Amino acid sequence: MMDVFNWDGTVSAKDFRIGALSFAQKWESLNSAFPPWSWVPCPKHPWLASPEEEGYLSLENICISRPYEVDIDQNSQTDPGEEETSCSEKEDDIDDATLVQSNHHELHYCDFHIVYSYTFRVPVLYLRAYCSDGRPLLLDEIEKELPACSSKESPETKWAFITQEEHPYLKRPWYKLHPCGTSEFMKLLFLGGDTGQPKLEVVLELYLLSWFSAVGQVVGLRIPCKMLNDRR
Amino acid sequence: MRKAIQKRMEAKKYVWEGAIPLQIHLHESQVTTLPPPPPALILAPRIGYLPLLVPLIKPHFSSTLPPGVDTIWFEYRGLPLKWYIPTGVLFDLLCAEPERPWNITVHFRGYPGNVLIPCDGEDSVKWSFINSLKEAAYIINGNCKNVMNMSQSDQLELWHSVMNGRVPVRLYVWSISEDFDDWEDLSQVDSWEKISYINRPIEIHKEGKCFTLHDAMKSLLPEFFSDESLSDSKLARVDFEDAQKIPSEDVSSNKVVEDQGQNAYEHREACCISSSAEIKLIRIQGIEPKLEIPFSWLVNNLLNPDHFLHICVCVKVPQ
Repeated sequence: MMDVFNWDGTVSAKDFRIGALSFAQKWESLNSAFPPWSWVPCPKHPWLASPEEEGYLSLENICISRPYEVDIDQNSQTDPGEEETSCSEKEDDIDDATLVQSNHHELHYCDFHIVYSYTFRVPVLYLRAYCSDGRPLLLDEIEKELPACSSKESPETKWAFITQEEHPYLKRPWYKLHPCGTSEFMKLLFLGGDTGQPKLEVVLELYLLSWFSAVGQVVGLRIPCKMLNDRR
Repeated sequence: MRKAIQKRMEAKKYVWEGAIPLQIHLHESQVTTLPPPPPALILAPRIGYLPLLVPLIKPHFSSTLPPGVDTIWFEYRGLPLKWYIPTGVLFDLLCAEPERPWNITVHFRGYPGNVLIPCDGEDSVKWSFINSLKEAAYIINGNCKNVMNMSQSDQLELWHSVMNGRVPVRLYVWSISEDFDDWEDLSQVDSWEKISYINRPIEIHKEGKCFTLHDAMKSLLPEFFSDESLSDSKLARVDFEDAQKIPSEDVSSNKVVEDQGQNAYEHREACCISSSAEIKLIRIQGIEPKLEIPFSWLVNNLLNPDHFLHICVCVKVPQ
């Protein structure tokens, strides 16, 4: 079996599916601030009714308006016993008492789909944003809510930028986070860390989790530390 | 050898110069003059894209358009046409019986933004094309950096390394449920949801035997190929030497077939591959190659400028 050093940072469609389901499970049990991801099976052809192995992960109706991505309720505050780790350093100070909205603009929501790309052999994040009345958001409105995706910097030099593309399964215009740098940063994530020499099976199992810990941040979806540290 | 090169250049010329006569009608909702303007007659390059024809079309209709901002889109019998799909592919896919000229409708208003990605003219087409090119480069080469900045010799090397790995392919599959006598009898494709779009590279495994179109289709659409060895022996793998004789015949004979129109169906063999479903038709650049054709020939001769092989497939499925 190939070892981690020869690994090119990509995954097979089968490993993606397995990883996606395990990621969704972990998320559901350890990330109660958000609704769970669901796996949506998709037939390869419209006339094939039988359930297919193909599909994608879906997380919908997430409020992305500032300040912050969570409809905060008192019960989902961080545990008082939680350690201060590097991942919480970047969190903004959130006024936990109420969800404060600028009075002049309505709430914006976003649907996120994690879809496998056969070309790049990595997961790709697709997103679609809209107002509470269903009106789709334009690209510049999305970039305002998700500044890390802004196209202000050249797409050649930054790895995370949004392009508009047809959703491979739903066949409608969506936006996606361009995947061409993914395999490289996935390789770095695993080889650059201080985790020693992980076995390739372990790498593949944690693939989606690690991928999302980087990509999710770009769109304002953060993974709580306890999910990253969980090694079950 | 010289003959082979000559044949290859002929095939490339055929592809690059291939064109589709279009008869473009202005949608009635935008006709403000009497009598209504005649349709515009345009020869559209197969390898091009519809929005690039706008500079030729707009002057033809500008005097009759209602005032306002133009948001141009095209439609064939009610189906909005995806502007990022090459014109030739749209024609092969949506016109089962090739219609000459192809009658399509142009709209200057009412862009269907829920179905079509916005198009701001030439820039959108350029961006989409470059993205596809980068995707093809990634498939062939493993990375999409600097495709546009490569030297010419590097570029040539890049594209000629195709046969060692993955080939960029875009497959468009539409289905029918009944047998028919005439392609014209078929019901019109009225929604993109009825077409499977499969954007997946084909992996070529060099096993000594020639990798044929049949092998390629089997890898992308295994559900249409039964596992029995019976089907393999029916469409026997061809010796490479024999295979080399096939292509030139095929190209010319299929071209003739296309021109004959009505007779076309009799020449096509329905490939009974599995008992429940069969592939009725495969079209690439308007050509209907036989399944035994070496896939490498298709890759070397029928790629679009975006370096993808666009393949239209019609399948018959049980109800």
